[in-house]
Amino acid sequence: MLFTLAWRNLWRNRSRTLITMASVFFAVLLSVFTMSLQKGVWDNLTKNVVSFYAGYAQIHLSGYWDEQVLDNSFAYSDSLNQIVLQQPHITGTTPRLESFALASSEQSTKGSIVVGVDPEKENMVTKLENKLTDGKFIQLSDTAVLVAEGLAKKLQLGVSDTIVLIGQGYHGSTAAGKYPIKGIVKFASPELNAGIVYLPLLEAQNLYGAPGMLTSLVLSLDDPSNLNKVVSNLRPIIGNAYEVMPWQEMMPEIQELIRTKEGSTYIIIGILYLLVAFGIFGTLLMMTAERRYEFGMLMAIGMKRKRLAWVVLVESLLVTITGCLVGVLVAIPLVSYLHTHPIRFSGQMAEMYEGFGFEPIIPTVFSPPVIIEQTVIVTCIALVLSLYPLVKVFTLNEVEAMKR
Amino acid sequence: MDTIIDAHNISKVYNPDTIPVYAVNNVHLHVHAGEFTALVGPSGSGKTTLLNLLGGLDRPTSGNVVINGVDITQLSPSQLIDFRLHNIGFVFQSFNLIPVLTARENVEFIMLLQNVSKKERDQRVTALLAEVGLADKMNVRPAQLSGGQQQRVAVARALASKPKFILADEPTANLDSVAATKLLDIMAKLNQEENMTFIFSTHDQRVIDRARRVITLVDGAITSDTGQTPTD
Ligand SMILES: Nc1ncnc2c1ncn2[C@@H]1O[C@H](COP(=O)(O)OP(=O)(O)O)[C@@H](O)[C@H]1O
Ligand SMILES: [Mg+2]
Repeated sequence: MLFTLAWRNLWRNRSRTLITMASVFFAVLLSVFTMSLQKGVWDNLTKNVVSFYAGYAQIHLSGYWDEQVLDNSFAYSDSLNQIVLQQPHITGTTPRLESFALASSEQSTKGSIVVGVDPEKENMVTKLENKLTDGKFIQLSDTAVLVAEGLAKKLQLGVSDTIVLIGQGYHGSTAAGKYPIKGIVKFASPELNAGIVYLPLLEAQNLYGAPGMLTSLVLSLDDPSNLNKVVSNLRPIIGNAYEVMPWQEMMPEIQELIRTKEGSTYIIIGILYLLVAFGIFGTLLMMTAERRYEFGMLMAIGMKRKRLAWVVLVESLLVTITGCLVGVLVAIPLVSYLHTHPIRFSGQMAEMYEGFGFEPIIPTVFSPPVIIEQTVIVTCIALVLSLYPLVKVFTLNEVEAMKR
Repeated sequence: MDTIIDAHNISKVYNPDTIPVYAVNNVHLHVHAGEFTALVGPSGSGKTTLLNLLGGLDRPTSGNVVINGVDITQLSPSQLIDFRLHNIGFVFQSFNLIPVLTARENVEFIMLLQNVSKKERDQRVTALLAEVGLADKMNVRPAQLSGGQQQRVAVARALASKPKFILADEPTANLDSVAATKLLDIMAKLNQEENMTFIFSTHDQRVIDRARRVITLVDGAITSDTGQTPTD
């Protein structure tokens, strides 16, 4: 009958029970949604930024990142590549030979990054081919180049025109070459757009007098979340001669940006928790005050505090668990739908995103750990608050409680 | 006759450090089995406080209360709850019942707390509700009962635990005279037929007239005690 009593007490003040349940329900729903959305935004931001150019991780000769010069390049070897590819979660490698040179036309000259790539493989990391706005994409065997849109404009060059590259080659040699422009590529990053030239890798090695040499080997992963594992696993295997750098080390400012964003999300979620806590606590406070006399009366006629506490606890558990369950049951399809059908926005924000070459969408992650974590947190908050009526039951004085 | 309540010089003082209020002032009292006793006095004279002390709801500032040979002032709070459950029936002025339980469940509830078997519970509930004239209201919730009917259910519940005595604090205060008379009739019948001891407080003269013993309280002290069963 104690359970019956608890059950009927829930229906006694229907609206109060529903308000409490709804608080828990919305807390679960909103916290799962907010967290999934935020995580989606960070993941997407990272993906976008990383696929700009750097990739998730790179292997260089030790010391290259601090001093990015050709003399810090390393000889590509199949055996090194094989070792890297054998590691779990690594799905591919993309070689680059990158340096700085002056790019000129008859009209003008501008310093730019001149990077030798394997065009097919480069597509895996940066989807370079998608950035083509004019002309054709280069092949590994070509002796032609792709020029960034801003640079081409500055040099007043177009497809089929010739670009001259002059710079310093490997070990002090002179690098100079003349190449037809096969295509124009457009970058969202103004910096890259104003100064990058892509050469097929072999041609770049020729130009710089560095046959068989690379400045970096970009890694492709099956899932970005495995990045740290991959890096720490790879470091001892390839040894001290090389450095393995995750994007966070190559682009600390982006890491920093995401950290601050993460911080503000936790503040928002914290406020959400607080609101919900007040909502639940308010109804519990009302309930306890309203039933004070009844609790006193029940103890007066001989109901042990423990039994009374049990009834009150069952009531709280029923409300909390129902609210959480319904919350999760609604949150799962919602988050999963928004994962497959990301929110697409328009207007100024969209233009800004598109300006950076990002899709103007807010993707939502569908991550069981996020759902579980948020549900558990909200449940715990609700359960801790449910202790309040219990504390009241254990400290109540029956005579005082029955005074009206 | 058996003494079931033996109160030795009990006092209850509120605010002893500031302005002391002697809610019960040095009361000496014996109650025997089978009594039908009224506790009378103006509002604030200490009736409720005294009943609470006799029923083990409250502890005296000094003195002790012995019930059936057990000094209840020596019991721990949790022992006291259990002692009340098995020895004392309570009827309060109002709101005696659990609103979400039916009349039958309210009466059954106390036996459930006592771990009485289902079979016996069912038998007793039916018999008790018939005894208080509510056989037809068994499955009705308190809100659907009149004030008098609610008090009768409360009496049935008090009786259900087979207590040594029943304490009723102004049980008729919220009732009209017809309902009050009916409640008193039932209490008197239970007293006569089953020898159940009742101690009730009141300031209603018609109720006072029904009592065999009348104890008058003024400012927490007994000023008169009439019709007392002679002590042996
Ligand atoms: N908790 C308390 N604190 C202070 N004084 C109290 C308290 N409870 C009762 N009193 C006082 O004790 C006296 C007796 O009260 P009570 O037993 O309720 O009287 P009655 O039931 O006869 O009306 C009153 O003067 C009342 O104000
Ligand atoms: Mg009173």
